Amino acid sequence: MADAATPVVIEASALDQLISILKSKGFEVLGPVRRDGAIIHDHVESSADLPRGWVDAQSGGRYRLHQEGDAYFGYTVGPSSWKRLLHPPEQPLWRCGTRDGEIRIDAAPVDETRHALLGVRPCELAAIAMQDKVFLDGPYRDPHYAARREGLFIVAVNCSRSAETCFCTSMGTGPKARECYDITLTEFSDGRFLANAGSTEGTEILGALSGRPADAADVDAAEAATDAAARQITRRLETRGLPEILKTSPEHPRWDEVAARCLGCANCTMVCPTCFCTDVEEINDLASGDSARVQRWASCFTADFTYLHGGGAVRESSRSRYRQWMTHKLATWHDQFGTSGCVGCGRCITWCPVGIDITEEAAAIRGSTEGG
Amino acid sequence: MSTVLAPNPQADPMVPVLARITRRIEEVPDVVTFEMEAPDWNGFAPGQFNMLGVFGVGEIPISISGPASEPDRLVHTIRAVGPVSRALAGLAEGAALGLRGPFGNEWPVETARGRDVVVIAGGLGLAPVRPVLYHLLENRNDFNKVILLYGARRPEEMLFTGELSAWRARFDIEVAVTVDHAAIGWHGHVGVVTSLLRNVGFDPASTSAFVCGPEIMMRFAARALVDAGVAPGEIWMSMERNMHCAIGLCGHCQLGPVFICRDGPIFDWARLKPLMMQEEL
Ligand SMILES: Cc1cc2nc3c(=O)[nH]c(=O)nc-3n(C[C@H](O)[C@H](O)[C@H](O)COP(=O)(O)OP(=O)(O)OC[C@H]3O[C@@H](n4cnc5c(N)ncnc54)[C@H](O)[C@@H]3O)c2cc1C
Ligand code: SF4
Ligand code: FES
Repeated sequence: MADAATPVVIEASALDQLISILKSKGFEVLGPVRRDGAIIHDHVESSADLPRGWVDAQSGGRYRLHQEGDAYFGYTVGPSSWKRLLHPPEQPLWRCGTRDGEIRIDAAPVDETRHALLGVRPCELAAIAMQDKVFLDGPYRDPHYAARREGLFIVAVNCSRSAETCFCTSMGTGPKARECYDITLTEFSDGRFLANAGSTEGTEILGALSGRPADAADVDAAEAATDAAARQITRRLETRGLPEILKTSPEHPRWDEVAARCLGCANCTMVCPTCFCTDVEEINDLASGDSARVQRWASCFTADFTYLHGGGAVRESSRSRYRQWMTHKLATWHDQFGTSGCVGCGRCITWCPVGIDITEEAAAIRGSTEGG
Repeated sequence: MSTVLAPNPQADPMVPVLARITRRIEEVPDVVTFEMEAPDWNGFAPGQFNMLGVFGVGEIPISISGPASEPDRLVHTIRAVGPVSRALAGLAEGAALGLRGPFGNEWPVETARGRDVVVIAGGLGLAPVRPVLYHLLENRNDFNKVILLYGARRPEEMLFTGELSAWRARFDIEVAVTVDHAAIGWHGHVGVVTSLLRNVGFDPASTSAFVCGPEIMMRFAARALVDAGVAPGEIWMSMERNMHCAIGLCGHCQLGPVFICRDGPIFDWARLKPLMMQEEL
């Protein structure tokens, strides 16, 4: 068996070993599965559930899967991010009703299931780290996020292939994982994996898999695989000085131009792995007479988002809403959380029905600002 | 010195406690003041707000309008403007409601020690600054001149008229009121609240201003104060935005880089001006 810190080379069959060890330790294992023409995350029972041989082709407003090769992790990122699990679209907060003549408020229990995530991409690790800052590091913590996050076991997968919409290299988040994982895997073209541990629990589990200690050639080969993915990336977002440029360009004509194309559908905020905004809504249970409060994903693209009695929406125009979205991601996020709010996963480009491209919009504003 | 009190961050900050209305006062049409009791209520600092919820309806931010020197007393003044505030204002004495808080920062009254203090309030904005007025009058010797300028739309919408006349009778606070639209029998000033600034004397180089009211009124007040020579960093105002959480997590209250709920709601004009002068930020 390999010593704790050394990487290990495992066969594809060890994936099943890994899944069953995680299950035996009480983890609910979630990973990539192919459903309704996309790769999403769901319960995985064995490696047979993984989308082996499926590869995506993505571009502005377009996502298609096709069969190519036999890699387990040949696809890149799909429409759902791990935000769906950690900060779900709907989160009950509490319930209130009369019990034995007394009004009682009961907090919604936190989810104590320990989840193991299989196939988390480097950009998605970065997104989780960004949401950690939002939900755990501020003056108030979100206890539901905290509970799910604390129990997490993360098996990351480095990218050996990138999509046309990827720009993680610009955001410094990929295609190789650097932080926030228990195990990382790099898939080789011959079906084997280089496995690295990033935590004590990861080291322990890795030690139980059948494999052999990696040699320098294996490590170089893994490096070459992620380098190849990095070289494939053509999209670029120049971040140098960008926060200042965006914050000082609120009247740039480009905002009008993009607003004319934007449908205000909010897809970009839903697929974004870092967007965290929510509505808090009251619901009534007519049968029991109880009322309950739930938290649901919200988007700065809606009129309700900034509604104020008397004046209506503060952000009335789609120009101001697109400007809020992009300026928040790329500029004011730095003021609020000390990092960019964009990981370069490209989901907002792919899932925009009209293919609006954040890298192109940022470049347009930078271009004429710097030029003039 | 008052300190900002935060709710216990260990507990779930989105879950309210059960509060009760102990006294209901009809101020003017559509505006009520509640005296309330809430378990473990520990007091607040002037300027802070609570999230008040009507079960089955919703929850909204409401400033605390009572004296901070009496930590046992919890007072809110609410104007019915929409679904939640209307349901809230309609609650009777004894009714239960949900409460989370206190949230937000405080009016920096301590920085105004030894200086002239000008309080400018418009409409319901008098309620969120009333704790400041209580503090100034309770610690009157700590401050130089104290001036209150208050504007309402109509005479019959004027809040806290009993207290206003009591303060007017004092010699240690100058109170001037105005209405936008006079009615028969009104002998006072008519015009926007900023027009009152011309009639009062203060030393602009040593003045702190606390402003609360509709955003447009606060903008004009800030401009008038700056024109009079008050430093932008000494002009404080309480901002209103749509709020769903009050704890910096729902994103609704963002104004550029700031979360109004968490970084505010009180900001100085030097910081706010670039954000407020930008349309639809
Ligand atoms: C810091 C701060 C202090 C304030 N202090 C005071 C004060 O002291 N006194 C005072 O009268 N006002 C105060 N306000 C203003 C007060 O919060 C608004 O008047 C109130 O939010 C209006 O809500 P509404 O539902 O009555 O009306 P609307 O303006 O129609 O609704 C406002 C928002 O409330 C939410 N909402 C409405 N209905 C529901 C529902 N059924 N379920 C869930 N959410 C719903 C929605 O987000 C909606 O956009 C303050 C505001 C802030 C930000
Ligand atoms: S971009 Fe919009 S939806 Fe996303 S976090 Fe920012 S304000 Fe919220
Ligand atoms: S009210 Fe939710 S972030 Fe400020």
